[in-house]
Amino acid sequence: MDHSIIIEKGIFIFIIFAITMVMAMYSTLAERKVAAWLQDRIGPNRAGAGGILQPLADGLKLFSKEEFLPDTPNKFLFVVGPAISMSVALMTSAVIPWGDKLHLFGKDIILQATDIDVSILYVFGVLSVGVYGIMIGGWASNNKFSLMSAMRAASQMISYEVAMGLALIALLMMSGTLSLREISLQQHGMHWNVFYQPVGFIIFLICSFAETNRTPFDLAECEAELIGGYHTEYSSMRMGFYLFAEYASMFISSTIIAVLYFGGYNYPGMAWAIENWGVNPANVLGIVVLFIKICFFIFFYMWVRWTIPRFRYDQLMRLGWKMLIPLAIANIIVTGIVILWADGKF
Amino acid sequence: MSIQAMSLSGRKKEVSNKKMTFVESLYLWTILKGMMITISHLFTRKVTIKYPEEVRERSVVYRGQHSLKRDEQGRENCTACGLCALSCPAEAITMTAAERLPSEKHLYREEKYAKVYEINMLRCIFCGLCEEACPKDAVYLTESKVLVPSMYDREDFIFGKDKLVMPLTQAMKNAQLNNAN
Ligand code: SF4
Ligand code: SF4
Repeated sequence: MDHSIIIEKGIFIFIIFAITMVMAMYSTLAERKVAAWLQDRIGPNRAGAGGILQPLADGLKLFSKEEFLPDTPNKFLFVVGPAISMSVALMTSAVIPWGDKLHLFGKDIILQATDIDVSILYVFGVLSVGVYGIMIGGWASNNKFSLMSAMRAASQMISYEVAMGLALIALLMMSGTLSLREISLQQHGMHWNVFYQPVGFIIFLICSFAETNRTPFDLAECEAELIGGYHTEYSSMRMGFYLFAEYASMFISSTIIAVLYFGGYNYPGMAWAIENWGVNPANVLGIVVLFIKICFFIFFYMWVRWTIPRFRYDQLMRLGWKMLIPLAIANIIVTGIVILWADGKF
Repeated sequence: MSIQAMSLSGRKKEVSNKKMTFVESLYLWTILKGMMITISHLFTRKVTIKYPEEVRERSVVYRGQHSLKRDEQGRENCTACGLCALSCPAEAITMTAAERLPSEKHLYREEKYAKVYEINMLRCIFCGLCEEACPKDAVYLTESKVLVPSMYDREDFIFGKDKLVMPLTQAMKNAQLNNAN
């Protein structure tokens, strides 16, 4: 292995890291803007032109706050909690195919930090570690409200992971591979998975809302019963990490939805573009298209948040276990039958 | 008509506890309908008033910062009778009276005048009772159209005559307007 690949990947990882951070930062602004617009208001518009510097102002404010440590026997865990949440939110971006490839410096650069064969398993593995960030934070806070909120978040995430995984199995039965790059390539043209797996997509979408703790499943945070939820005891940048991780994971889950179901970087007429404009412009356009899709899903998250009220906890569990899981299993069976039928096995 | 069926607003809706079907209990259709409503609000006109740059239109009887009036000749109306201070429910007004000297006849309308007249704007509740109590038409909140600004020190909120008495130029302008009518 030569050194150039290390440099290449290093630069690439750095860029992805920066993009994730910027996207998460500006999601916080976008959230407030979208909330305001949907409520016929204007939203933050004082920091910079149209409020464009608001995230920086927020960050500065969080940094300048007192770093409060509650009287807890688990000081180490208390510090580790937000760090886990944050690293987990950032780690998943490693296997996302951001584009097909670029032809630079006389060689093909694949626009993916690493193309492991089991990228989907990796994503889900890492995402389920995210529960620990919340659980550890809530546990180490030495506060019963934090603990209860962490329990809620954890049980919710674990229950919805089941339905999410089942929805995904139907997709994997069709694609026959676990590599996100392969799945992206298979959706070339307009063969987006959402057209073949509409039910699976809806289940996956609902579960993504639960996984990212967003409305209508944002039960972990609840002023009336649980104060701020699992981050009640956190202040300053540790709290900032939790909030930031929430937005980063929203970005990542939008990306995963776009890659799995909405064709990733593929857009109609891509083959034509590659032929007529060359590889690089066509693929750069592909990256832009992917980001447009991601932004749409981030907007979608916010749109839903400011439309519907949250579920009650028992409703949440009923929806997860009694509706989504049977639906996902039925989806698997139907998909299996259709695949066999298409192969002429009947 | 039975009392259960009566409705003043005409918008009364019977609550139904019927069991939801499987499709209904997935909530998807209703959520979609709700989202169509919210997205339409994305494009409606915004109601925000950007305060320091834009000021909301005020009622004609809006009670702002007090102003101590002068008459047509520019003399102060107040005679330091103390009725305003007496009527004030918040005890915001204090004053010190003084006797007018012959040489000050052009400054004060009455023989007795307020040498010091102070209103504590932090105590004041802008009820306007002082305006109603004044027998000399000297103190007004409804005509000033000025808001008490925010400041950092408590002391700054005690407004003396320098801030309360209406400017001489304005008194002259009012007199001219009155003559013209
Ligand atoms: S407006 Fe009311 S509270 Fe204020 S000074 Fe006059 S009487 Fe007192
Ligand atoms: S403002 Fe009016 S009520 Fe108050 S002391 Fe002067 S004359 Fe009397």
